Amino acid sequence: MKQEHTLTVYSENQVGLLNKIAIIFSRRKINLESFNSSPSEIEKIYRFTIVVKETEEVVRNLVRQIEKIVDVFKVFNNTNDEIIWQQIALYKVPTSIIMKDAKVERLLRQFGANVVVIRNDYTVFEATGQDDEINNLLKELDKYGLIEFVRSSRIAIIKSSEGVHKQVLDMQKNDPRKSPINNEYLNSKSKIFQM
Amino acid sequence: METVEQNTLENNIGKTHNVSGSLAVIDALLSEDITTVFGYPGGAIMPIYDALYDFNDSLNHILVRHEQGAIHAAQGYARVSGKTGVVFATSGPGATNLVTGLADAQIDSTPLVCITGQVFAHLLGTDAFQETDVINITTPITKWNYQVTDANEIPEVLAKAFFIASSGRPGPVLIDITKNAQLQLFDYKGYRQCVHVRSYRAEPIVRNEYIEQAAKLINEAKKPFVIFGQGVILGNAEKEFLAFIEKAGLPTAWTIMGMSAIPTNHPLGVGMLGMHGNYGPNYLTNECDVLIAVGMRFDDRVTGRLDKYAKQAKVVHLDIDPAEIDKNVATTVAVWGNCKETLPLLTALVEEKTHTEWFKEFDIKKEKETTQLITKELNPTEGELTMGEVLNVLNELTNGEAVIVTDVGQHQMVACRYAKQTKSRSNITSGGLGTMGFALPAAIGAKFGAPEREVIAIMGDGGAQMNIQELGTIMQFKPNVKILILNNSFLGMVRQWQELFHKKRYSFTDIQSPNFVTLASAYNIAGKQISKREELKASLKEMLDHPESYLLEVAVLHEDNVFPMVPQGKGVAEIVLSKEEI
Repeated sequence: MKQEHTLTVYSENQVGLLNKIAIIFSRRKINLESFNSSPSEIEKIYRFTIVVKETEEVVRNLVRQIEKIVDVFKVFNNTNDEIIWQQIALYKVPTSIIMKDAKVERLLRQFGANVVVIRNDYTVFEATGQDDEINNLLKELDKYGLIEFVRSSRIAIIKSSEGVHKQVLDMQKNDPRKSPINNEYLNSKSKIFQM
Repeated sequence: METVEQNTLENNIGKTHNVSGSLAVIDALLSEDITTVFGYPGGAIMPIYDALYDFNDSLNHILVRHEQGAIHAAQGYARVSGKTGVVFATSGPGATNLVTGLADAQIDSTPLVCITGQVFAHLLGTDAFQETDVINITTPITKWNYQVTDANEIPEVLAKAFFIASSGRPGPVLIDITKNAQLQLFDYKGYRQCVHVRSYRAEPIVRNEYIEQAAKLINEAKKPFVIFGQGVILGNAEKEFLAFIEKAGLPTAWTIMGMSAIPTNHPLGVGMLGMHGNYGPNYLTNECDVLIAVGMRFDDRVTGRLDKYAKQAKVVHLDIDPAEIDKNVATTVAVWGNCKETLPLLTALVEEKTHTEWFKEFDIKKEKETTQLITKELNPTEGELTMGEVLNVLNELTNGEAVIVTDVGQHQMVACRYAKQTKSRSNITSGGLGTMGFALPAAIGAKFGAPEREVIAIMGDGGAQMNIQELGTIMQFKPNVKILILNNSFLGMVRQWQELFHKKRYSFTDIQSPNFVTLASAYNIAGKQISKREELKASLKEMLDHPESYLLEVAVLHEDNVFPMVPQGKGVAEIVLSKEEI
């Protein structure tokens, strides 16, 4: 069954790495739902958050191919129930219409949105949440002559990821043989799926 | 990156101040004990070639006739010796000519370090003369690649390149060095070999519980069957592998890439797997109860149709590359690690057995293949020569000691089916990528990698014409390479498929050849063309006895087919012995 998987990739911060990761998907003609790169909690180590809608089996192979990239430390694969995730969206609407026709205060409260900028000509709202929340506000604001809309890629925190930091750091040790073990998957999927 | 101190400074280049990036490249090669480089100069790599000029004694540079020849030669060198092959090429077309070889080395796990020149850093992205985005072109076909724009990076990056290329599951690494970095003078602190890259795990950790589970499955099996690939050779685990199969008495088949890891006449060996492999091992894959795969990756040419592949069997998969586990075939027990390490652990736990009854099933299948097919292939008494009988006579003369380098197509399948091999690293062929034009340059490289061994390049008339310019390399550098062209005046394998699956519509497979013997003589290479059975043995002997390279062209049966065959889209048990069965 195809479902959303969120991959969290820890890697070196290196020119061209984004391409090295992206071609793993494009080679298999798999579309990315969302792709985010950011610094991680560890200095000089980058974190990519990738959302892909595929079967567990396909994703498992993708994860292993990404982990095979020399500059990648570790990849975590989680379904939506295993992560806390958010996206942010910005909406630009004409101030004249929105002030006249909408109950802005109710809107803000109902959708948990904020106003970022108010100008004579336009107002920018910001909303943070998951697909539904962002789409509902989009639908609502569309009624008031939406000028521009943009949504960020997903960022996610893994619920049971107390060990991530340590595991990634462990790989830096000189003797790689003493680092943690990778073939956990044969045991039942415990706290989080990992390679 | 962690490194090991190496006091190589004084020995190799004898200076530390004002060292050019190019000289640092040479020092890196010398420090890695590289003795042979295959390459072709050009504008953007000229500073490196200039530095090379002073090291003629310690670095043997082989000037090829095309960069594709250089990289295939480096592959042949690496495959026969186990060392890392090194290639120099210039930017733009020089670098793009490496692409086929990189893809080949990537899919066949061959350790290479390719150094390409690149335009000055300030010209990157300006469509400068001979500028190509070689890093992005080669990303999917290298294990690792990196562009150097500052000479200070060179020692560390090259150390990393050699470590990555040769460790774990080997593969090709490409380092692109801009011309300014080659020319740049810097304070050189010396070369330190790399032993660890923090984001890279060369080998997964071996876990005993999986070894125990695997041993239990093997011990309980009534019909265990071992299939192995190049992993056994790459891990230098031939002895460990033999100890394992001999103790447990396991019938054992090889993939084309694993061939020669055990002697082809080993009593436990039941032949080759794959589309044109042997009848028994293909057929009985679907009868075994435990399938033990060692250092192989379940290529589609081995498995045939996946949903009809070994569905009845529990699968034990030993591999160094975690990405191979469950990629194509679902595993019951995965044993991750270098098989050099895992096999002895497994051997200690398996029981001594013989599986006599089970072996009989292989014998029956072998008998069937022999009577229906092999006998008339190897010992025909009339008609034109067959490829099989050429191999049969060659076996007699070489006693299975030669390195056989094959190209791609019918002759490749026939050679791998019938060549007798007694030593590991004797079978060099383009397995995964199926690169025509591979054999001639790879044989040149193989001869430099193993000068003491007889190297025979076997090719068809099509593949022979694909990198034929490398006869020039033979002329100039005189590796003693025997060139055996099996000429059926067709692109034989494609023609076979056209006959079997496209109603004999021979669309552009009728290929003409030059007079190969005359051509060879233009390169000062002796040669002969034969077509008669009575000339065969004496001519092959003449070829082998010739003190220098020699080209023998054998005209073989025009429209012969390679069987057995697992037709595409069919399961391994649907293997056929003749075209009537398709």
